[in-house]
Amino acid sequence: MALSHLKSSSSGSNFLKPLATAFSLRRPISTSTDPITVETSVPFTTHRCDPPSRTVETSPQELLSFFRDMATMRRMEIAADSLYKAKLIRGFCHLYDGQEAVAVGMEAAITKKDSIITAYRDHCTFLGRGGTLLEIFSELMGRQGGCSSGKGGSMHFYKKKSGFYGGHGIVGAQVPLGCGLAFAHKYNKDDAVAFALYGDGAANQGQLFEALNISALWDLPVILVYGMGTAEWRAAKSPSYYKRGDYVPGLKVDGMDAFAVKQACKFAKEHALKSGPI
Amino acid sequence: MTVRDALNSALDEEMSADPKVFLMGEEVGEYQGAYKISKGLLDKYGPERVLDTPITEAGFTGIGVGAAYHGLKPVIEFMTFNFSMQAIDHIINSAAKSNYMSAGQISVPIVFRGPNGAAAGVGAQHSHCYASWYASCPGLKVLSPYSSEDARGLLKAAIRDPDPVVFLENELLYGETFPVSAEVLDSSFCVPIGKAKIEREGKDVTITAFSKMVGYALKAAEILAKEGISAEVINLRSIRPLDRDTINASVRKTNRLVTVEEGFPQHGVGAEICASVVEESFGYLDAPVERIAGADVPMPYAANLERLAVPQVEDIVRAAKRACYRSVPMAAAA
Repeated sequence: MALSHLKSSSSGSNFLKPLATAFSLRRPISTSTDPITVETSVPFTTHRCDPPSRTVETSPQELLSFFRDMATMRRMEIAADSLYKAKLIRGFCHLYDGQEAVAVGMEAAITKKDSIITAYRDHCTFLGRGGTLLEIFSELMGRQGGCSSGKGGSMHFYKKKSGFYGGHGIVGAQVPLGCGLAFAHKYNKDDAVAFALYGDGAANQGQLFEALNISALWDLPVILVYGMGTAEWRAAKSPSYYKRGDYVPGLKVDGMDAFAVKQACKFAKEHALKSGPI
Repeated sequence: MTVRDALNSALDEEMSADPKVFLMGEEVGEYQGAYKISKGLLDKYGPERVLDTPITEAGFTGIGVGAAYHGLKPVIEFMTFNFSMQAIDHIINSAAKSNYMSAGQISVPIVFRGPNGAAAGVGAQHSHCYASWYASCPGLKVLSPYSSEDARGLLKAAIRDPDPVVFLENELLYGETFPVSAEVLDSSFCVPIGKAKIEREGKDVTITAFSKMVGYALKAAEILAKEGISAEVINLRSIRPLDRDTINASVRKTNRLVTVEEGFPQHGVGAEICASVVEESFGYLDAPVERIAGADVPMPYAANLERLAVPQVEDIVRAAKRACYRSVPMAAAA
């Protein structure tokens, strides 16, 4: 999509034309599904478990879809930022730009039967679960065509039929809820898992440790995914978040590397189904 | 049938009828329930459906709500509703509001149940009534049974309901026996949510009450009858939605109202009933609405102080007489 824009712009682009023909942008983009292997940028660091392999299998089609999805997410969030500054989006607007690789890598490793739940930084996660740009912008601007009919707002996007359970405003609440989704997966014996995404604020919440204790006790197939946020030195005594589960195994992953995220999520899903929380 | 057996049989039948129903709480399994409400259920349904939890209300309530998001039907037991405050964010923000915020995508078919209000000698932190707290929140249904018929019918209705229900029981009522008809014992028996029950018909004054206070109101009505005052006693059953139609119809008949509750007076259930009657039936009132509530102090421990802090039958009788202009009004006495 970005490439076709370059091609069609006319005024002031005389200097672009020779470049365009030089790189022959008319060459079709590969949709090949032939496997390619890549190495993750850094090795995985582990706590109480063995790391997955650094070698990740992908394909040209997957590479292109990663690029397309991440670029769309980035443009979407920047546009939302402009709308928010223009006061066309009211209340809160928490942006995910910079973390696109996490949403995209995770989707590549799981199915829509698996559940994802997150806090309020949910625009891109919702897009990854099958949401459309129209639904997202309509909701942000309070229109009836929004994914929550304008009744939820930025922090309350849901898509139950593709396993996305929100969209929660209270820091930390999504973690016990995610453990509850995992409980339901186990109860129904459907071989699916739940991913509960959280940040630095939630990492110190008591309810996270309460839910993690119960999940470990009952072997619930839940994966707690930590990412980003508040200044570590201000809020957390121990910034090694992947070790904070203590008796629960943990994995430290480079969130800027979509392939590392994909590999880690695949590994985590297998672990959760076999041995409980990670 | 005792209220305890009524609740136990309702849980048993609903768990048997729907495999998605499960029970979670402290001591509900191996201990057979802190008040033996879930006796026998662990043996019958196994540890996958009757789950003992650690003492971590925020954690297990959140897990219950998450399971409900996915379509299961949890019954979460709080050992008393005082401990529900540890989990109140999940009850209100995760459960009650989700259906609205998601424009109907997420429904939360969960029941939060347990004893509410004063027990005997348990002190201030274990005696709080949460009826008005939860009843103020849109998205929740709040029920409070009195008799065994109420307990069975309302719990079954609550478990079958697709929305979050707060089910306020009373510890001192668990051991009380009430007569039940064959209809009540049938496994399909249900009491509709949002309908109050007229426990005793009368024509001079309406007395509204819920839970244990219904028993006190009925005793007060007996005493009043001997003095020539015919009291109509309404058992609210449902605090939210409140059965405003039944209450207003009764007040339009009797022209006088006494509201009774065990909880604290300010912003209580009686305040809401009074406002509702003033809004809809002001012209029919012949006397100011009388509110009987618990004393505006944290519950004391000593037995004599505790007795003074909770409404007694004599308080209801005096209030009814005041409403009927049969005794000196409060202002003149003060």
